[in-house]
Formats: sequence, C-alpha cells, structure tokens
Amino acid sequence: MIHVISPGLETTVQDTGRIGFYEVGMPPSGAMDKYSYTAGNLLVGNNESAASLEITYLGPVLEFQEDTIIAVTGGDIPPKINGKSVPMWEALEIKAGDKLSFDFVKQGARVYVAVAGGIDVPEIMNSRSTYTLCGIGGLNGGKLQENDKLQIGNEKVRDIQPGTRIADHLIPAFDKHHEIRVVLGLCSYRLTEESKERFFSIDWKVTPEANRVGYRFKGERLNFVERDQPFGAGSNPSNVVDLGYPIGSIQVPDGVEPIALLNDAVTGGGYATIATIISADLNMLGQVKTNETVRFVSVDIDEALAARNEVKEKLAEIKQNLSS
Amino acid sequence: MSQSKVVSPIPGVFYRKPSPEEDVYVNEGDTVSAGQVIGLVEVMKSYFEIKAEDDGVIESFAIEHEDSIDAGQEIAIINAK
Repeated sequence: MIHVISPGLETTVQDTGRIGFYEVGMPPSGAMDKYSYTAGNLLVGNNESAASLEITYLGPVLEFQEDTIIAVTGGDIPPKINGKSVPMWEALEIKAGDKLSFDFVKQGARVYVAVAGGIDVPEIMNSRSTYTLCGIGGLNGGKLQENDKLQIGNEKVRDIQPGTRIADHLIPAFDKHHEIRVVLGLCSYRLTEESKERFFSIDWKVTPEANRVGYRFKGERLNFVERDQPFGAGSNPSNVVDLGYPIGSIQVPDGVEPIALLNDAVTGGGYATIATIISADLNMLGQVKTNETVRFVSVDIDEALAARNEVKEKLAEIKQNLSS
Repeated sequence: MSQSKVVSPIPGVFYRKPSPEEDVYVNEGDTVSAGQVIGLVEVMKSYFEIKAEDDGVIESFAIEHEDSIDAGQEIAIINAK
C-alpha cells in the first residue's frame, strides 16, 4: 500500500486509456506522455498497460508501506527517496517505510511513477485512467488527495533487478522551446492562405490554460475564409456544422488562441479543426509547460506514421534490452 | 540576519491579491510568519498558494502582480528573523 502524505498539484492514476468509447463521447484519458509511461512499466517488469501515477509540475510525497520496485520516468522532476536524490529512468528498490518526494520541476511537465504490480484501482470501461471532468476512474474519480491510500496490483510479469537503467539514447530530452509536428486538416480549407502560413511561422506561447483537456496558445489572430455559413454552423467563421475531434486536433475559436485538444477533451463539436498533432509528438506536447513556446511543423501522413513507428521501435528496443 | 528566497514550484500567472477587489496579501516591509500566504500562481484552472517558508520581513518582490512566472523563478526575498 502507498500512503499519500501530500498529493502535489495534480497527481492522477493513468494507464493506456479508455479505448473504444469515443463515439459515445467518452475521451480516452490515459497517460499524456505514453512513451515515458510505457518505459516506466517496462522498467519495473509490469504489463505495459499497468496503471501508474502521472504527476504534473509539482510532485507528491508518498510513503510506501511495503517493499517494492519503482521507476520514475518523463520530464525532469528530480525524485528523492528519504530525502536523498535518486536517478530517473532506473529501477529503484523501495523498502517499507521509504518516502518518495520530488524537487522542483527542471524540464518537462509530467513524470510517471511506475510501481511493480501497478496501481490497483477499479477498472471503469476497461481502464483505470482518471477522467476528472466526469469523476470516473483512478482513485475515487479524481486527483490524489492527502491521506489517500493506493493499493498495489498484480500486473508484474517479470523480475527486474534494481539499478537496471534505460539506455541513454532512449531517454528523451526536454527543452523550453518545442517543435511539434502536425498534419493539416480536417478543416484547414477554412483558413486563409496567409493565416495557414502564419500558423507555421510564428512561435506560439502556451498559456496557463494548459492541462489534460487541452493546451491553449497565444500568438496572433488567424483569419478564416469569408463565406455564407451553412445552416447549423452558427455565424462565426471559425464554426463548421459538426465533426469529430481527433485527439491532438487544433481548433481556433473565433480565430484567436488556438486550442490543441488532448486526452480528456470533448470528442466532437462545431469548431473548424485546422491541424492535428501527430501521435508521436503528443508525448512531447504532454511535456510542454505553461509559458514555453511551440512551433508547429507541417508533415504529411507518411511522415506521421514513420514517426509513430520510430516510437514503437524505441519501446521495442527498451523491452529487448530489459529482457536480455 | 539571513535572507530566504520564495520560489514558485510551478509555472503560471502570479497574483499578489486573493481576488481583484481585495488588497495585496503582503507589502514590502511587512512581517510574515512561516506558512503565511504571500501570493497565488494560477495554472490549469486552479490557484496554488505561495507561502513564506520562514518568519521574517518581506524585503522585496521580484515579480509584479499578474506577470507570468516560470517554475523555479524567484517571487520574493524574506529577511529571516
């Protein structure tokens, strides 16, 4: 069992997500940086879909009440065991009574704490992920609270020696400026050519409204092609009649402040989505902090799929290294 | 007399007042006690209280009301008692 001494800013239980219910309006939730999350599970010998803790900006203080193995992966929020600094991206031995705490965030925005066996909370619609807006999943449907108790599950599938590390070239580096690749569409035809060009040529600053639901960016106004709006689309030129919103899709309500919709976002609506962040770079976006800048880079679907394969290959390499 | 720095653990927007209509939490020169709230940082639609870690006197603020702030950025200096 793990005792939550202090919960941090927003610590939630997350796994691979609540897949298969998008058409009924249920977003997948799940780990924002799936690469770091998966690496964490592999490092402690878990099933790849075991639930971990996702920490944003400010770490919790956790007291472990049993011996176990943990791993801390993701952005650079330096972990400490009993007040002593310990490495990230490494299997760490925990003794009953040990306290895990964190220094201030240095780079990135989110870290994952994987525990051998996983975090055991009830599955809701095939997932343990917390979806706070609906109050489902995770522990009591919300972020961790002081004095919460977390049970450790039985999703461990192999033994990993403490001290086992992820190879350096497989550890992502996080900066304060980020290039995020997107595929244009579905409704990019609604933007003027000039605005399409500006979208890719300026730095967008991440506002304080950046969380698991979406990230809002400040830059400059984008303009839509004038038209007589079709019936049902509303009067604003940033509106279309209705469409599903892919995870990572970017809409620009009224032409000001683009919003990238993420794991906990609404699944559809009537804003023109001008581009969609590729799945490989959603991991990176989950590590972008408020006040940092993002430059969007246009790629085609083949490049997006190649990038997705690269991520898969890196995870396969981690798996290979850990099982050999 | 030693000085201690109050640092923001999170990025966001810094506020010296609990709400727009109210007065600032503390002024430069005011005496504060450990645990006393001296400001707020807004991020992810929530407000995080910034507290003095030591008893002392506020020497200066390093950031203005409503400025954006990064994680690790200095907010104020306290001359500890």
